[in-house]
Amino acid sequence: MSTIGNDRVSQPLREGEEELFQTRELSTVEYARDYVQRLRGGEMGAIPGLIGLVVLVILFSFLQSGFLSAYNVENMVIDGAPTIIMAMGLVFVLLLGEIDLSAGTASGACAVLAAVLLVRHNVNWIVATLAAGALGALIGVFIGWLRAKVGIPSFVITLAAFLSFQGVIVIMVGGSGSILVTDHTLDALESASISDYMPIWAGWALLAAVVLGFAAVKFRTLATRRKAGLPAEPNQIALIKVAALAAGGALFVYYMGINRIVTHTFLTANQKSEGVPWIVPLLLILLFVLTFLLGRTRYGRHVYAVGGNDEAARRAGIRVDMVRISVFVVCSFLAALSGMVQLSAQAGVNSAQGGGNTLLLAVGAAVIGGTSLFGGRGRVIDAVIGGVVVEVISYGMSDLISGSNGPGWQLIITGIVLLVAAGFDAVSRRAGFSRQ
Amino acid sequence: MSVDAGPRGASEPILRLRGIQKSFGPVHVLKGVDFEARVGEVTALVGDNGAGKSTLVKCIGGTYTIDEGEYVFNGKAAHVHSPRAASALGIEIVYQDLALCDNLDIVQNMFLGREEVTGVSRTLDEARMELLAGQTLASLSVRTVKSVRQKVSSLSGGQRQTVAIAKSVLWNSKLVILDEPTAALGVAQTAQVLDLVRRLADQGLAVVLISHNMNDVLQVADSVAALYLGQMAAQVRRSEVTHTQIVELITAGRSGDIGLTSTAAAVVEGNGAAA
Repeated sequence: MSTIGNDRVSQPLREGEEELFQTRELSTVEYARDYVQRLRGGEMGAIPGLIGLVVLVILFSFLQSGFLSAYNVENMVIDGAPTIIMAMGLVFVLLLGEIDLSAGTASGACAVLAAVLLVRHNVNWIVATLAAGALGALIGVFIGWLRAKVGIPSFVITLAAFLSFQGVIVIMVGGSGSILVTDHTLDALESASISDYMPIWAGWALLAAVVLGFAAVKFRTLATRRKAGLPAEPNQIALIKVAALAAGGALFVYYMGINRIVTHTFLTANQKSEGVPWIVPLLLILLFVLTFLLGRTRYGRHVYAVGGNDEAARRAGIRVDMVRISVFVVCSFLAALSGMVQLSAQAGVNSAQGGGNTLLLAVGAAVIGGTSLFGGRGRVIDAVIGGVVVEVISYGMSDLISGSNGPGWQLIITGIVLLVAAGFDAVSRRAGFSRQ
Repeated sequence: MSVDAGPRGASEPILRLRGIQKSFGPVHVLKGVDFEARVGEVTALVGDNGAGKSTLVKCIGGTYTIDEGEYVFNGKAAHVHSPRAASALGIEIVYQDLALCDNLDIVQNMFLGREEVTGVSRTLDEARMELLAGQTLASLSVRTVKSVRQKVSSLSGGQRQTVAIAKSVLWNSKLVILDEPTAALGVAQTAQVLDLVRRLADQGLAVVLISHNMNDVLQVADSVAALYLGQMAAQVRRSEVTHTQIVELITAGRSGDIGLTSTAAAVVEGNGAAA
C-alpha cells in the first residue's frame, strides 16, 4: 500500500513534498479513484446487492412475461414492505454482531395483540398500533437485558423467544384459526382493496419532497465541507446522484399511475386501481429517520463503535450495555411495525403469524443488501435494497417454477442467495483486514 | 530512596507520586513508589514483568485507586478514583491493545465518545471533527496517512498506533501515558512512533513511556524510572546512566551506588519471594 510511506517516516517536509490535509477540492477522477480503492478495501456496501438486483430484474423480465407489469411491481412493493421494515430493525442488531431470531414471531405476536384489541375489544386502530409498538419495545428491552446484563448469547435468547412467541400467538388467536381485521385505515396501508392508493398528485408531491430534501441535505453538507476547507465530493457527482434519484423515482411514480385493472368484471366496472401504495411514504419515513439516527447522531456512531470493538467503545466512555439493549428495542419495535403492515396486507392475522420463513427473508434482506453478520458494517438502505432483491426472487421464481414443488424450490433458491450474500460478506471482510 | 537528579529540575513535575501503596488482598504490589513526570519530557517507566508497571499506570489513570500515598497533579493534591476523573485532569492513557474500532475511520475513532454535535437536532458536526482531527495530525507532523477518512482497518500497525496517540492529545491533555507503543511494530514503524513520542514532549506534554525495549528507552527518554518488585529502584536522568546500568536496575534493583540499598533490595526480594 503506497500510503504507508515508510520511506518518509520521520523527516520534516522535504522540498516539494505535499503537505497533507490541505484545502483542496476533489476532482471527479480523484473521487472515482478513492471510491474504487474503498471498494477494493472491502467496503462493498450495497454494490453486490444492487448488481444482483439489476441482473435478476433483467433475467426475470425476459423469462417471465408480465414480470415488470404495473400490477406485479405494485404487488412486489406491498409484499416486500413487511420484510423490509423487519430487516431495517435487524440491521441495528446485526451492526452489533448480534442476531434476533425472534423478530418474525415477535412481529406476529404484536400484530395478534393489535388484532385482538381491534376485533374483540373494539379499540381504534391508533390505540391498537400503539399497543403493538409498546409490546414490541418491551420485548426488545427484555431480550436486550438478558443479553447485556445476564449475558446469555443473543442466539439462544431469541431462539427461545422465537418458540415461545409462536405459542403465545396460537393461544391468543385461539387454535388454528384467524382473526379478520376490517379497519379501513389499517387495511388501506397495504392496499388490501383495489382502490386504496395515494392520489396521483400525492405521488408526484411525495417524489418532489424526497428529491428536494435529498438535494438540500446533499448540497448543504458539501457547502459546509467546502467552507471548512475539507475535501468534498465534486458537484457533478452529487448532481448525478440527485438526478438518478429523481429519474428512478419519476419512473416508479409514473408506473404506479397506470391503471392496473386490465380486465373489468362487473365488480370493478367503474373502479380504477392506480397510484402509489400508501406503504411507500411510510417506508420512506422509516428509511429517513433510521438513516439519520445511525448516520448523523452520537447514538448511531456509538452503535457502530460497539459493533466494531466494544472494549474500545467502553474505554471511550460509551455505555455499551445501554447501546446493546437499545438495538434490540429498535429491532423488536420495528418488528412490531412490520407485523402491523403484514396484518394490513392480510387484512387479519392467523395462528402462524410471523412464523415460517418470515425471519429468514428479513435477515436475508439485510445481508444481501450489504449488512455484515460480523457486526460494525451496515446501513438502513441495505434493508430496502436487500428486501427488494428477496421479493424479486420470490416473484420471479413463483411463475418460473410452477407445480406442486414450486414453493419448495423458492425456499431453496432464497436460501442459496442468502448463503452467497453471507459468503460475499465474509470474503470482503477478509479483503478489508488483509491490508494491516 | 529514589533520586531524580533533575539537572533541569527547574520545571516542577506535573505529576508527583510519593509513597504509593497498592495491595490486592494479601498481594502487596506497590510498596511505597515515588514517581515524577515533567512537562516537555519523556519519562520511561521500565521494569521486569510483575514489577508493578501496569498497576502503577492504572493507579495514575484511575482504574485502580491507591491505598496510600501522595498523588499531586499540577501542584495540587488530586483524588483520582475513576478513569473519568483522570481524563478530567488531562491524563490520557494509550493502551497496548489499541482501543480503536476497525470499522470506523480515523476521525470517528479520534472523537469516539466525545463527538462534537451541532444545532438543535444535535447532529454530528462531521466537518468540524474532520478539521480538528486533520489539524491535530498535522501538528504532530503525521504525514503517513493519506486521508483522515480512511478506515482504521486499512491502516498499518504503526499508523494505528499513531492514530491512538493522536487521539490522546486531542483532548487538551497534559500527561499522556503510552503502554508499550512499539511492542508489535517493525523497525521503520517503531522509528515513526518514537519520533511521534518525542514530538509530543516537544509540544509541551508530559509523556510517560512504558517499554521493555531498551533501545526505545535510550532513544527517546529524558528520565528513566525503573521499578523493581513493587519499589522504585531509581528515577534517574537518561544522560547519567548507561544501557547496562538500566538493565541492572531492572534486574537487580540497584546498580553501583544508584538504586535500592542492598538491605532494602534484600528485604524487597524477600517479600517478593514470599508473595
